[in-house]
Amino acid sequence: MNNDSANTMNTPPPIELVCPAGGLPALKAAVDNGADCVYAGFRDDTNARNFTGLNFDEKSLQEGIRYAHERGVKVLIALNTYPQDGNWPRWTAAVDRAASDGADAIILADPGLMAYAQRAHPQLRLHLSVQGSATNYEAINFYQERFGIQRAVLPRVLSLAQIEQVIANTSVEIEIFGFGGLCVMVEGRCALSAYATGTSPNCNGACSPGKAVRWEQTPKGMETRLNGILIDRFAEGERTGYPTICKGRFEVDSATYYAIEEPASLNTLEMLPELMRMGIRAIKIEGRQRSPAYVAQVTKVWREAIDSCRRDAARFAPKADWMAELNKISEGQSYTLGAYSRPWK
Amino acid sequence: MKLALGPLQYYWPRQTTLDFYAAVAGMPVDIVYLGETVCSRRHELRLDDYFEIAARLADAGKEVALSTQTLIESESDLKALRRMVENGRFLVEANEMGAVRLLAQRSVPFAAGPTLNIFNTETLGLLADMGATRWVMPPEAGHDLLAGMQARLPEGMVTEVFAYGRVPLAYSARCFTARRFNLQKDTCEFKCIDFPDGMAVRTREGEDFLLLNGIQTQSAKVYNLLNDLPDLLAAGVGILRISPQSAGIAEVLAAFRAALDGRAAQLAGDYCNGFWHGRPGLELIRKAA
Repeated sequence: MNNDSANTMNTPPPIELVCPAGGLPALKAAVDNGADCVYAGFRDDTNARNFTGLNFDEKSLQEGIRYAHERGVKVLIALNTYPQDGNWPRWTAAVDRAASDGADAIILADPGLMAYAQRAHPQLRLHLSVQGSATNYEAINFYQERFGIQRAVLPRVLSLAQIEQVIANTSVEIEIFGFGGLCVMVEGRCALSAYATGTSPNCNGACSPGKAVRWEQTPKGMETRLNGILIDRFAEGERTGYPTICKGRFEVDSATYYAIEEPASLNTLEMLPELMRMGIRAIKIEGRQRSPAYVAQVTKVWREAIDSCRRDAARFAPKADWMAELNKISEGQSYTLGAYSRPWK
Repeated sequence: MKLALGPLQYYWPRQTTLDFYAAVAGMPVDIVYLGETVCSRRHELRLDDYFEIAARLADAGKEVALSTQTLIESESDLKALRRMVENGRFLVEANEMGAVRLLAQRSVPFAAGPTLNIFNTETLGLLADMGATRWVMPPEAGHDLLAGMQARLPEGMVTEVFAYGRVPLAYSARCFTARRFNLQKDTCEFKCIDFPDGMAVRTREGEDFLLLNGIQTQSAKVYNLLNDLPDLLAAGVGILRISPQSAGIAEVLAAFRAALDGRAAQLAGDYCNGFWHGRPGLELIRKAA
């Protein structure tokens, strides 16, 4: 049992800043700007950001791990899709590769793969991916008892009070998403893309894949389609968005609106003192598909914010220039507290 | 091969639901899954009501299973889950890993539900060791995956396939039915009770695409594997799941039963079966004769 917080009732436990690395330049940007951990994946469907031009081959990963480790930063490898009967060996090979390359932890969703990792690499630290859909402590404790996971990443569906309840009933470290794109569906429980395009986040590691997307300027406006299905239509001057199904505008009962979710980004900066008080152990920044410049900027702001909050949580407030920096890179997108704030639900 | 009626996904008035299950007692179905799997706020029927329906259906000769809620967020959700797990009589279908933990602790057999994301034999084997005697293939998977799984099925494990109904595609913390009426989930006024088969989501070109059912999103098209029955039989599938809808379920069950008995059977409608064929789910693949 880990006892390192026994005498620290009044000081919050350390909170790790976990930043995205879609490639080596982004990894270096995160490391240079104050990430405690970076997370990355291999260049295939063994991870949930399986997009063309993203991720790491053997050589770039080894270089990335060396770069991070020389600067005291951990590297977590996401292997968080579900291996399917028939391609199982590719996932176990990816686990072996992550272990031999010196990853500090692997992030998994599939129980079978966890059992394999535990058996083949007993020293390797396991994190439960958000794709594992564990939203309560019974589920999280299940993965701990069976596979020895040390951390769980929570789906973006719980309120702060519900997260606090989870933390009170498990010794597994809890990581939550703090900033970036927002899945409105329970991660690991969404087959919308599979239904429309045949490409599934669970099995193929991608949602609304580029190959199914069409942008078309028409007399009615800019139309975005996914496998031929009209996802949205933008009027002249309107901010266009990628045709992710849950962020499209549809007709329901004679109203046309964002039927599932506005295209807003998650930003929990203002909640930081509360998140620390609750004992959340890590904050994840979404965005492996974003540019190194984006990763650098977001990491820098969050590093400053976490340090400032640790110095004096009572007087913490997001600085205007942090928000200005974040607004600059998110191109005027609006922000939400998502499910952490009860009214959003 | 057995026919199962899946858990009711929608929120119907109490009497409608009671009448439905009274009729189910006389329908040609072997297994009936009961319980609220979508939203814990729905309360027309309480857990004790489902226990009563379960007893009545068992008396009528049906195998009964109780399905756990798919998204468990709060302590009161867990309380309801524990009561279901401890029912002491009926098989429980676990729809998330918290339920699996509780069932395994009690060393009782259970069914591994369609949202457990069982995509490989290793995971299924682990669940079998914990007590699973039945597993439901994730609806997004198809015959290729099934063939591999069937080839190395744990001993005594029975395979169930989602064969008819609107496909549950996604679950959220947010209630999309309430959202349509600019209501928050906590004060939703139970609007979903007015939509016995969900609310249609159409594209801006008027094409039926999805259905909103509270926190759940479903396919607008009805998934139908009736014409794929020979493949399902050949693969050794043990149970076909038919998902309840507000009308015509007796005809659907009768058609599947007839087909299983080797008689000609047809259903008319705007169907899809893409997932089974490894295609986008909304497609309809007609096999060459």
